[in-house]
Amino acid sequence: MTRNTFTTRNLRKVYGEGPAAVHALRGVDLEIPEGEFVVLLGASGSGKSTLLNILGGLDRGSEGVVHFRDKELSAMSDTELTRYRRDHVGFVFQFYNLMPSLTARENVELVTEIARNPMDPGEALDLVGLANRADHFPAQLSGGEQQRVAIARAVAKQPDVLFCDEPTGALDSTTGRAVLHVLKDVNEKLGATVLIVTHAASQAAMADRVIRFGDGAVIEVTVNETKLTPEDIEW
Amino acid sequence: MSPLTKKLGRDLWRIKGQAIAIALVIAVGVLMQVMQTGLVASLDETRRAYYERYRLAEIFAPVARTPERLAADLRRIPGVSAVETRIVGHALLDMPGIDLPLQAQAVSLPDFREPRLNNVYLTDGRMFEGDRPDEVVILESFAKAHGLKPGDSLNVTMNGARRTFGIVGFAMSPEFLYSTAPGELVPDDDRFAVLWMSRTALEAAFDMDGAFNEALISLSRGTEPAEVISAADRLLDRFGGLGAYGLEDLQSDKFIAEEIDGLRRTTATVPPVFMAVAAFLLYIVISRMMQAEREEIGLMKAFGYTDWEVGAHYLQLILAIAVSGALFGGLMGIAAGRALVDVYLLYYKFPFLVFRLAPSSFVIGIGASVLAASAGGLFVLRGVFALTPAVAMRAAAPADYSKSLKFDGTLSGFLDQPTRMVLRRLTRQPVRMGGAIVGIAAGVALSAAMAAILASFDEMMELTFDVIDRSDVTVSFIHPIEARSLHDIETMTGVIEVEPVRIVPAILKNGRHTHRGAISGLVELPRPNRAVDADTRAIRLRQDGIILSASLARRLDIAPGDWLTVDVREGRRPEVRLPVIAVAESLMGSPAYMELLALNRALKEPLRVSGAYLRIDTAHAGEIYRALKHMPMVAGVAPKGDSRAAFQEITDRGAGATRYIMALVAGIITFGVIYNAARVAQAERARDLAGLRVLGFTRGEIAFVLLGELAVVTLLALPLGALGGYGLTFAISAGFSTDLYQLPASFGFSTFGQAMVVVVAAAVLSGWVVKRDIDRSDLVLALKTRE
Repeated sequence: MTRNTFTTRNLRKVYGEGPAAVHALRGVDLEIPEGEFVVLLGASGSGKSTLLNILGGLDRGSEGVVHFRDKELSAMSDTELTRYRRDHVGFVFQFYNLMPSLTARENVELVTEIARNPMDPGEALDLVGLANRADHFPAQLSGGEQQRVAIARAVAKQPDVLFCDEPTGALDSTTGRAVLHVLKDVNEKLGATVLIVTHAASQAAMADRVIRFGDGAVIEVTVNETKLTPEDIEW
Repeated sequence: MSPLTKKLGRDLWRIKGQAIAIALVIAVGVLMQVMQTGLVASLDETRRAYYERYRLAEIFAPVARTPERLAADLRRIPGVSAVETRIVGHALLDMPGIDLPLQAQAVSLPDFREPRLNNVYLTDGRMFEGDRPDEVVILESFAKAHGLKPGDSLNVTMNGARRTFGIVGFAMSPEFLYSTAPGELVPDDDRFAVLWMSRTALEAAFDMDGAFNEALISLSRGTEPAEVISAADRLLDRFGGLGAYGLEDLQSDKFIAEEIDGLRRTTATVPPVFMAVAAFLLYIVISRMMQAEREEIGLMKAFGYTDWEVGAHYLQLILAIAVSGALFGGLMGIAAGRALVDVYLLYYKFPFLVFRLAPSSFVIGIGASVLAASAGGLFVLRGVFALTPAVAMRAAAPADYSKSLKFDGTLSGFLDQPTRMVLRRLTRQPVRMGGAIVGIAAGVALSAAMAAILASFDEMMELTFDVIDRSDVTVSFIHPIEARSLHDIETMTGVIEVEPVRIVPAILKNGRHTHRGAISGLVELPRPNRAVDADTRAIRLRQDGIILSASLARRLDIAPGDWLTVDVREGRRPEVRLPVIAVAESLMGSPAYMELLALNRALKEPLRVSGAYLRIDTAHAGEIYRALKHMPMVAGVAPKGDSRAAFQEITDRGAGATRYIMALVAGIITFGVIYNAARVAQAERARDLAGLRVLGFTRGEIAFVLLGELAVVTLLALPLGALGGYGLTFAISAGFSTDLYQLPASFGFSTFGQAMVVVVAAAVLSGWVVKRDIDRSDLVLALKTRE
């Protein structure tokens, strides 16, 4: 039996207080097995990004318990969370969030420098098909290329988990498919658990597991018996 | 090289304009500190070395006429290590082509050996031959001022006899670093000479065969000068001793000590004020810069960089700017100090220079600015650390303006959207905007204060030379003469008014406070040269006491109604007690006034005068000067224009000269602050502004949104800066005041106006630079990338 990468019990998150309080998560119970390709679906404001932030160690829940493997994330100190992010987690953001003052290769090195078991930055860029653009600055790259650099940066540390928040949100279909392809490769070749947050329902077809989110809670979890390739999904 | 190091380098390059502005603010603060302390240390050290090398006496004992054998008695006083005797006398020079008689002091040197004390430094030509009483060595500064050369001849009147001497050489002496003619306040190279001659020549001229009229004494280490002074006074008393005095009362030393002290005081007060303002600005600028970096910080934390690593990275950025600024300032300070010392060298007539950097000032200057910069950065970083890294995951959320200004009702009709943007932004973050306002206000205050200081110097000149002294010429006599002898001057063609004055050297004492100076005896209601009160109204001199200048009253710690002891150092040398009846305003010197008749009564002398203030018809000036030159009783003639020019030179080249550098520095700081404020505002708003452009706003409208904010902040800073400047003026003017002159703190509309011009110019120029950048910026790029 495969073990779970993440387990949450009654996870809640409230922003603000009093009458202005916003309940982003209203008691989430979830299990995500190791090595799966998981898609979190939901409308804007459904709480999926909040969940991703908490699982990624970027934010904390207001209530409830979160486990990463057998460690309790929700009980970790700031220093331990930093350690956790450094050693286990890769992030891909919707708006790429590259350092504008560093080249593609240097953006990757920013992460490999502090990782425990990183791959060669060149290799990581090769993986996303950008080996020939390694010395370009973000401003010299297209949106899709920037996102691929961001992925290379995230996978270069050989993370156990890869979090992607709307990774194709700002991309056209061709570029978007290429990016999804890279993510799939990372999942299959590196064995990393991949968690994608999106509101594009069609992308669910390529996942092992699809979690539908609504109003701060899990509505439905489905496991796909057959998966489509990025080329086959509708855009 | 690690990617973070590369990022650091590129970030620095990206913000180079701002970095340079910040570094410059730091640099000028450190520059001031290093330059000033270096200057003080160098002058102090040079003076000490010069005195030591030329064996300047520690005690001077003038006397009417003493047989040479008394030198041996002086030498036997315990603690005395060497004694030299000499003859000094008053001389008048008749320079061809110059109507004015010029004053000189004749000083004897031993005929065939070096003097044991008060040696001279020969700068040109040779020393006189011991057996040639017609040869003379003259003070180099006077020779240069008149274009004299060794080999020229000089007409000298001494003791009523006129003779011609051959100039054989020029010399400098630590005794005459500053040479002021008797009866004048301010040294003037043109109008005062020192003539060194053989002892034999001066014995003949002043009828001092086998006698001397001044003893020079040096002390063995650890000897208390006061005891030796009393012992010398006791020995010389019956020969007409005029009171021995220590080196600190030697006029030249007093002057230069005062200058160095003035510099030291300025150093202690002004650079710290500048550094504090610079540090504060730095804090504001750095904290705003760090705010702009929030997203990158969040991102690095998301990757697993620790707070410490992120903090160290940004601290490096801050330190790179602060340290390079401080180092640059330090080096510039050394260079500026060296250059200024060279100027001072000419001015103070040192033959050599010991340049000394005060390493502590370097360390303090750099340490303080680096600390201020780091503190500013750390304070902000601390806030950033408290954030969860999740901010990096989110697309930049719109800033919350819900608590800012609402425009409903009547206002909404008037305000267009760009104006609302400006106003809302100003009110949304009152603390941050307050910081920007205070920052610019600090710059305004500094500039305004320095403008006020420049004006204060002018005011001091005006009060001294236009309000207090309204005469045209001051004449002084060799000895006090009977008042009716002034008749000869009164009847000269072109002389409008003659007012007698009796100046008496005296030591004023009140308890443990003493002051060696002089009392001016004036007529009851003087007209050309007056004592004035704080409202510049003339004070009537009553016969029942003495009037002290405010600075003198302060120094003696005495008030009207108290009794002052006056130890007269002339004639019969009586000691009298007088009540203080008023305090007069004076910005120059530390005068004490008495009514002329009362003064003569106190001296137990018939009515005598030592000089006169003249108002003349300038058309006849040459005629009058020529006539005065031939009056045997006249010791010196000082046209006020000359005195004024000499004084202007003192304030422009001495300690007062640093005011120009300080004003420049204040301007640079002000400029740096405003430029930074504009840059930071631009960085914070780049995305908004690009958004507006995309929506179809024109460049002008965009510039209004950004520069409107800068304009409002600047306008609000002006009154605040005026207040601060008013306060600063008092602190700085106290620092600039010396014993010789007191600088009034005059803060007026015009000085504030000058500061405003600097500020508005800085704002317009910064606005222009920023607008140019906005115009050039790529719209799409600005929307896509975070910055």
